[in-house]
Amino acid sequence: MTTKLSNAQIAWRAAQDIPDGAYVNLGIGFPEMVANFKPEGREVIYHTENGVLDFGEAPPAGEEDWDLINAGKKPVTLNPGASFFHHADSFAMVRGGHLDVAILGAYEVAENGDLANWSTGPGSVPAVGGAMDLVHGAKRVCVITDHVTKKGEPKLVKKCSLPLTGVGCVTTVYTSLAVIDIVNSRFVLREKLPSMSIEELQAVTGAELVIDGPVGDLIVPEV
Amino acid sequence: MNKVYPGIEDALADIQDGMSVMIGGFGGSGAPIELIHTLIDRYRKTGSPGNLTVINNNAGNGAVGIAAMIYAGMVKKMVCSFPRSSDPKAFTDKYLAGEIELELVPQGTLAERIRAGGAGIPAFYTPTSYGTLVAEGKPVAEFDGRMYVQERWLKADVAIIKAELADTKGNLTYNKAARNFSPLMAMAAKLTIVQARKIVPAGGIDPEHVITPGIFVDRIVEVSDPKQEEVLLREGVQA
Repeated sequence: MTTKLSNAQIAWRAAQDIPDGAYVNLGIGFPEMVANFKPEGREVIYHTENGVLDFGEAPPAGEEDWDLINAGKKPVTLNPGASFFHHADSFAMVRGGHLDVAILGAYEVAENGDLANWSTGPGSVPAVGGAMDLVHGAKRVCVITDHVTKKGEPKLVKKCSLPLTGVGCVTTVYTSLAVIDIVNSRFVLREKLPSMSIEELQAVTGAELVIDGPVGDLIVPEV
Repeated sequence: MNKVYPGIEDALADIQDGMSVMIGGFGGSGAPIELIHTLIDRYRKTGSPGNLTVINNNAGNGAVGIAAMIYAGMVKKMVCSFPRSSDPKAFTDKYLAGEIELELVPQGTLAERIRAGGAGIPAFYTPTSYGTLVAEGKPVAEFDGRMYVQERWLKADVAIIKAELADTKGNLTYNKAARNFSPLMAMAAKLTIVQARKIVPAGGIDPEHVITPGIFVDRIVEVSDPKQEEVLLREGVQA
């Protein structure tokens, strides 16, 4: 019996909701995994902040062109129909609301849609990159994350305690236990692992889970 | 009109202590390594130009490019969005020791501030950073029911950038994703200095293909076999 989804399985679940023809930005790190699970037959065009639309997979070792990288500074290739543009155009695509989906990681998500994912507080070197732009640009802002921290504390909370990336910006959260939409500043439960009761899920969630419509089973293949 | 300089030293001669310098590139993609290292060589020999404010997306990686400028002690302040990299030691050590200033700017805001500087627009509103620490102290306003943060233009004394082709009138093309901030920086600096892999006669670039029009470019120098920052890092170049 599945007790929690792996990161790959969370990425798989998020990928199923990306519609055909979508323009998508995947955050650096874990969110990049979503590209591995694009459903057959759907065309997805990936945007990277440094100025490429429609990039493809990494090139074979030895064939890297270091002028052709993604926002994570990893080498990429181009799909037919790719384009280059400067940074102001790249962020016009973001802030102008032209991206369909952005998928990001999170330290904390609050029930009103606030996201904290850029700073763990004082003592570190602050670095924000494009996260604060992306959360206000895409039509859907999705978070993929473990449901709880390594210490077992809820990452879905009433109010974020860490510095915010954006206010009221998250649309959907895909966790290791559930799929949750944020509607009118509430966590609305859409799917949960069949092995878990709503009460058990609520116990590891830091704000109320609202039931509004059917709650589906979160069933993900081994990937 | 003569924008073509025979040597890098001459092209960079007017960069002085205390200036603000925009440096093109996103990580190693588009980083003008030869221009940067010629400046470092001058600083090591003469002690100038120091106390620089450097504007770039990042704050250097390993011990080449901007990281090498920081190790050399030329940089007073970084204006950037992401001062982390696979090897951020140059910046991190100085920052944690209080020896270098940081102005952290979200990436899209950084790009738009530079664009605004180049376009003569003193301020603009963006939803980015509203309600966050980055917006503290900045004016906010509501437009059509949504809150926005006022950001100001960003200009510089000098921009140093890397192009693929330049013609003798300063029109530029770039290689793949290497353009990133460079077309914006070329607009926003009082003096724009370009290293191009090849300089061609006027008319040698199809006007339909020009990315940066020559009006934004002051000096061009040919560097026919430019070093790539990422390749140098992988070769283990030390400070």
